Amino acid sequence: MVAVLRRRVIPYLLLGPGTFWLVLFFVVPLYYMFKLSLETGIVGNLEFNWHWANYSEALDLYHSQLVRSFIYAGVATGASLLLAYPLAYAIAFKAGRYRNLMLFAVVAPFFTTYLIRTLAWETILSDQSPVTEFMHAVGLAPSGHVLATSFAVIAGLTYNFLPFMILPIYASLERIDIRLIEAGKDLYASATQSFLRVTLPLSMPGVVAGVLLTFIPAAGDYVNAQFLGGVGNRMIGNVIQSLYLSQSNYPSAAALSFVLMALIMIAVVIYIRFAGSEALMGEEAR
Amino acid sequence: MERRAGESGLAYAWRWLREHAVMLVGALVVLYLLVPIVVIFVFSFNDPAGRYNFTWVGFTLSHWENAFGIEDLTEALLTSIKLALLATVISTIVGTMMALALVRHRFFGRRLANFLIVIPMATPEVVMGAALLSFFLLIGTFSLGFETLLIAHVMFCISFVVVVVRSRLIGFDRSLEEAARDLGAGPFTTFRLITLPLILPGVFGGAMLAFALSIDDFVISNFNSGTTVTFPLYIFGAAQRGIPVEVYCVAMVLFGFTVAAMGFATWQQRRAEKLTEVRPEQEGAMMPMPPAQATT
Repeated sequence: MVAVLRRRVIPYLLLGPGTFWLVLFFVVPLYYMFKLSLETGIVGNLEFNWHWANYSEALDLYHSQLVRSFIYAGVATGASLLLAYPLAYAIAFKAGRYRNLMLFAVVAPFFTTYLIRTLAWETILSDQSPVTEFMHAVGLAPSGHVLATSFAVIAGLTYNFLPFMILPIYASLERIDIRLIEAGKDLYASATQSFLRVTLPLSMPGVVAGVLLTFIPAAGDYVNAQFLGGVGNRMIGNVIQSLYLSQSNYPSAAALSFVLMALIMIAVVIYIRFAGSEALMGEEAR
Repeated sequence: MERRAGESGLAYAWRWLREHAVMLVGALVVLYLLVPIVVIFVFSFNDPAGRYNFTWVGFTLSHWENAFGIEDLTEALLTSIKLALLATVISTIVGTMMALALVRHRFFGRRLANFLIVIPMATPEVVMGAALLSFFLLIGTFSLGFETLLIAHVMFCISFVVVVVRSRLIGFDRSLEEAARDLGAGPFTTFRLITLPLILPGVFGGAMLAFALSIDDFVISNFNSGTTVTFPLYIFGAAQRGIPVEVYCVAMVLFGFTVAAMGFATWQQRRAEKLTEVRPEQEGAMMPMPPAQATT
């Protein structure tokens, strides 16, 4: 009896502290932010009165930044996928003894501070840099500037979240049973056919995970827009940050944060429906 | 690759290109990944004319000699290290416990617990930071500073620790524990002598990831730091008025330390795997693999 009781209680004891922390400092804060988004007034004198107008006012003022965030994040995710897949494929199937070295290169950017990496891009894309001069020469940057353009912000986002795309794709490619590909070849599948009908479908869980892991942080990011963009490239993260931290307009900022979270959730749910759910829940769905 | 008999040079070149295309593209992407790191390294030796370290002026070692000479910078770095160590210890203990519960036990509310762990990883940082700030402002118990930073960092590290440790636990051979029990070991002795040593590489991987996430966090810290300054916050503040070159030097020192720690962790892990016949299966395509796992 005691043993049974103990077995029953143990998982909850193990889960207790972590659950407590996540509920108190993740779930409860979301509730407070929701409450704040329906209040009026300034700090110290906030009043809760179901002020839904905070939402419509904030959306009226900042919908262009919101739309821009999703476009930038979408383009950056697409670009990451185009860059990540060949590299992940090369590491998984072609790298041989260079495999560990290439994997190291993938995680190496994580070892330099995020902000410094972004500052490095500010250097790389600054006006007199070889990259900018080259882009100017071939007509990609007619004005001679790359900084403070959409291109710069998207390039920064792509760079910063690229490893999040590469690693899951690599992980799912690496797990593919090579015999499946060989079987396809034995049955006279061409290289293209065996890629499209065997390798690509089997790597989809990695692609789905990579897309989510790139898109979600990119949509909320404000560091790249801050360092690499201009006034016309501000994203919703910049707005939320400045409303909270400079203008102390907490209700509007809270409303915008909620809108951002809700839109991302909706996008993720639609995407998962479309792409299959195995990837997100990991082994739970299997 | 050999040139076939009767094959023209052009045809051979084309065949070679097709054969190696993926590797070439891969190599270019690797180059792209490394360029900023090289830029940071090179510009840590720059001798900029003004406050902005954007164009190459000339070579100097003076900033390296003075790397830890800027008081605010060094202080911010020490704050970051202290914060990351504390956050790592707490989140690793708490997260490992959660992972053990999730892998080993079937219980009511398991799906909900899984959901609670996944959802912070699927929330943009700016939302988490803003929510925590709203919470701290409205309840007023905590004054913004080191304390609130620690709370926030532990919060976002827990999920990642759980994911890493869980992926290690899944391939765990439980008959070893049963053997220990059969030989008369109590639950705690079994845990200390059998379970812990075997899951230690995973726990260590989780801890490394937590440390890396914490020391590099900017967005959530930006919201909840009050007047406390961490290394990323120092950089953000300095960026408004021109970054001192010393920041680049400190960044390279951190880079060096992390690479060394990774090398050590990989070596430890290989050793641990050799010592036991238990080889946990590689698992978990879901999250970015932690550096420690990625290199094995």
